[in-house]
Amino acid sequence: MPAEPPIEVPRSLAEAFAILAAAPHRPVAGGTDVLVQIAGELGPPPERVIDLWRLDELRGIGLEGDTLALGALTTYTEIRRSAVCLEHLPALVDAAATIGAAQIQNRGTLGGNIANASPAGDSLPVLLAMDAEIVVGGVRGEQTIPARDFWVAYRRTALQPDELVLRVRIPLVARREIRFRKVGTRRAQAISKVVMALAWRSSPGDGGWSDVRVALGSVAATPIRATATEAVLDGAAPTAETAERAAATLAAEIQPIDDVRSTADYRRVVAARVLHRLVRDAGGW
Amino acid sequence: MTIRTEPRRVARPLAPGREVTDALVVAPSQTTAGRARGVAPLRREGPEKLTGEAKYADDLVFPGAWYGATIRSTEAHARLLALDRDDGFDWSAVVLVTAADIPGDNVVSLISDDQPVLVPVGGEIQHHAEPLALLAAADRATLRAASHAIRPRTERLVPVFDPLASEHVFAHYEIGAGDVERGFAEAELVLEGTYRVGHQEQLYIENNAMIAVPRDDGGVTVHGSLQCPYYVHKALKRSLRLSDAQARVVQAETGGGFGGKEEYPSILAIHAALLARRCGRRVRMIYDRHEDIAATTKRHPAVVTHRTGIRRDGTLVAQDIDVVMDGGAYCTLTPVVLSRGALHAGGPYRCPNVRIRARATRTNTPPNGAFRGFGAPQTQFAAETHLNRVAETLDLSPLEIRRRNVYRPGDQTPTGQRLRESVAGEEVLERAAEAAEFERLRERTRRARVARGAAGPGATPLATAHDRTATGIGLALAWHGAGFTGSGEVKLASVVSLELTPAGAIRILTASTEMGQGTKTIFPQLVADALGVPYEAVEIAPQDTAFVPDSGPTVASRTAMVVGGLLLQAAARLRGRVEEATGGAFAETYPAWAAVNGPVRIDQRFEPYPGVHFDDETYRGDAYPAYGWAACVATVEVDLDTGEVSVLDVVAADDVGRVIHPVLAEGQVEGGTLQAVGYATIEEMKLEDGRYLNDRLATYLIPTALDAPRITSILVEAPFSGAPHGAKGVGELPMDVGAPAVVAAIHDAVGVWIHDLPATPERILAALGVTARPEEPGREGTAPAVRAATDAADTAREVREPIRAGTDPRPEARTDPLPLRGPQPEGEPDWPSEDDR
Repeated sequence: MPAEPPIEVPRSLAEAFAILAAAPHRPVAGGTDVLVQIAGELGPPPERVIDLWRLDELRGIGLEGDTLALGALTTYTEIRRSAVCLEHLPALVDAAATIGAAQIQNRGTLGGNIANASPAGDSLPVLLAMDAEIVVGGVRGEQTIPARDFWVAYRRTALQPDELVLRVRIPLVARREIRFRKVGTRRAQAISKVVMALAWRSSPGDGGWSDVRVALGSVAATPIRATATEAVLDGAAPTAETAERAAATLAAEIQPIDDVRSTADYRRVVAARVLHRLVRDAGGW
Repeated sequence: MTIRTEPRRVARPLAPGREVTDALVVAPSQTTAGRARGVAPLRREGPEKLTGEAKYADDLVFPGAWYGATIRSTEAHARLLALDRDDGFDWSAVVLVTAADIPGDNVVSLISDDQPVLVPVGGEIQHHAEPLALLAAADRATLRAASHAIRPRTERLVPVFDPLASEHVFAHYEIGAGDVERGFAEAELVLEGTYRVGHQEQLYIENNAMIAVPRDDGGVTVHGSLQCPYYVHKALKRSLRLSDAQARVVQAETGGGFGGKEEYPSILAIHAALLARRCGRRVRMIYDRHEDIAATTKRHPAVVTHRTGIRRDGTLVAQDIDVVMDGGAYCTLTPVVLSRGALHAGGPYRCPNVRIRARATRTNTPPNGAFRGFGAPQTQFAAETHLNRVAETLDLSPLEIRRRNVYRPGDQTPTGQRLRESVAGEEVLERAAEAAEFERLRERTRRARVARGAAGPGATPLATAHDRTATGIGLALAWHGAGFTGSGEVKLASVVSLELTPAGAIRILTASTEMGQGTKTIFPQLVADALGVPYEAVEIAPQDTAFVPDSGPTVASRTAMVVGGLLLQAAARLRGRVEEATGGAFAETYPAWAAVNGPVRIDQRFEPYPGVHFDDETYRGDAYPAYGWAACVATVEVDLDTGEVSVLDVVAADDVGRVIHPVLAEGQVEGGTLQAVGYATIEEMKLEDGRYLNDRLATYLIPTALDAPRITSILVEAPFSGAPHGAKGVGELPMDVGAPAVVAAIHDAVGVWIHDLPATPERILAALGVTARPEEPGREGTAPAVRAATDAADTAREVREPIRAGTDPRPEARTDPLPLRGPQPEGEPDWPSEDDR
């Protein structure tokens, strides 16, 4: 029987901030990561836990001008059912649909995926590709951290111990396209071997791409952006030559490892091929 | 869909010089045809399972029971020097059992006496997760604290992980017919190949579980999840030095077994019983999934090498087959698994010159054991994949090469067994091919390959081709010996009983267990049918050694065939006795007769099937009384970018002798097919230092509902005359054919043969020359950076060598270099194996 750490259950965000200011606590939202770690005795159990589930201030999906804001406690099921997400962020809906089973999607949250900081977190490449900002806060106030600065090392984030993820802000950009592709061991309930989000804006004139984002999971210690590959695609049109150069650049840019799910070589090659396919599909050749 | 086979003329041209014969000898009308059989009554235990009323071991309430835990080794090979106990812990709150506390033999009784119940101090630890000591406590928190307060002190020994290098041989067999060298001399073509398969986990839905209750007579009663009550009974008696009556084994509702609860419950029952005896209380030992996967038995990994001589018309003339299985650290059932694997190694094909050499060796990995198919899926994956490669090299259809070689009545097997009846390989082959439209779809996939080639530049390692996916279709055929191998059934001498009580209850007494496959439904069906009474009129007694006789283990697809046959014989005797006395029909007269003459109990013991003889010493004779036959056509879609495989459709034709319950029989085919799809595509245990790395459900993945193909099951009936009802068993058949059919379909789609199971995307892209080759299945990791993955332990590492340039994966190209050879002159064969890497 695993250890049961003491749990605080704040009723308001202010109360939660005060608890965190007094002592470090492991935040739990849906519990889909933390409970597995405790029950499976995967590493030392947290000393203290703070249950965020009742903090309704952290729920909700809404438009704020040109920005879409998602509360940290937004579940994957809510993302899948959200008309706003379906219209503006179909890639995020795609990602949410691949995470776990229905039960996990009912409990698992976007904020949890962000704070858990798994390199295989399936929503994270989408956030990176969409230039999302992560709003964090605590007794010392709120601050906004760009997604690309958030995951600093293997399972480590820019969050301070007294801070929580509050919401995610995603700028809605005209003519931006985004694609999502996950490669896993089976068709559902699989941790990814390679996961990729690709975003770009097309010039209405020549069809050239700008603001290209190539974001990946499961190929590095953190979710990453492949900036050298982005540079190859930026300003180019989605031709066969571009796709080949981008795929080759990506294969050289990432440094995946062998693990229990796949091999480094497979990940590197498949990441390149998935990118090649996405560019090919966009180019229609 | 059930098809009754009829004796009929075979219109197709057969191999040159062969007579056209009747396909079947026994006509369906010669065996029983009754009211209950062929309809589908509700499962006996179904409503309780559906409503949650069914009591699995962990649902059983035993007030005051303590919790038990196992202290396990964390090394693959070591000497146990001591069990150091933390002095700061209050040891009065727990009981500790070590090897010194075992009253009887420190042996898990099975075939060989090599496996200890607990490793003694001074003894050798032979595998990771081996039991060293046992603990029990009143609550789980104390138990957990105690298990952290005991530390094995060990001296590391050199482990052996390679079954090919291991010098400790558990069993070896050589089976031969004709003269292999002469056969190769006559061959016009010779093809070689090596095939490897890894561990597979049974992944029953309920983990192993056992609860021990001390008895007033000094003995113990265990309640648990198990397949074979009398195996557990025997093991308990020996290790705890108990009499027959002092050891009692009761099967709780059991959530699946697949062979995984054939031998393992014995050691778990002994553990629970030792703790119960030590603390004088009931003790529960319920494994969680992690412990169950880490410690319990798996399907044996195997390396199978084929060298086959063929004529240009596709006729097999020589088969030289070498099988090596990895037994793990202890013998368990390995000799029997190997035996079945060896006997099936040639596949269901006539060949005049055969040599099959098989051995199983010891490695310092957890012991491997029984799993649906029992050695045959491993060797028949190799046989079928190899035959498909033979067909490809001859430019013959996979269907046609099988038509030319499949066993027909009168043919002889490598053990010299003449197949007299119930030979339905051709039948299942034609039924499956016809229902799946095999040749038409194969032509379509061929055209698609051509079109893909014309669509533009092909893929390169880092670039995709025009088409993202390719579809392929594949075929496999297998046989499966019905019941125990060789003289197994004769030695078992199983007994069943049928009771008629004064109150008019008709009760079945057998040790055959229900684990989801339908024992508790088909037995009453068979007996009701034989007595002419309604299905509901027949009861079945609980599987409890205090009540039921030893009707043998519930394994080897023998339950319907052997035990069901005994029940029919017992029922015929009971019916005869009542009808002789009353002069009326049993159904009308038995209540009144039983009230006066009851209780009556009929005991029926197994008698050898007439004309079936096997010599265990020479491996000659009738290896099985009859064979079941299975064919499978699989359609897959391969993602050409990633190598991901979707199995879209499976048509399975299985000859089960006689269908007793069509819904349950189809359920067996569907479940077995899905298990085979998992074996074929994704299920793989990865090892490091003799430890399974993916020993959790998050990392050992099996197909989900979304991964399941559409399955059409065709049940063919070619009855076996030795069993009163003609049944031959169904459970294992689909396991033999699924994997080779899927691998053949992958080849049809992308043009490469995958020699190693599972055919993962990593192996497919490697075979296409796109990526480096991953590790071999079932073997120690050779890659440097394999590590435990609890979630996504992807940390950046040093840049490894750049991507090796591969070959263009042209679907039309054959990937085996020089697979085809003429007959070789005398002396050293000089061809390289295409498996040199």
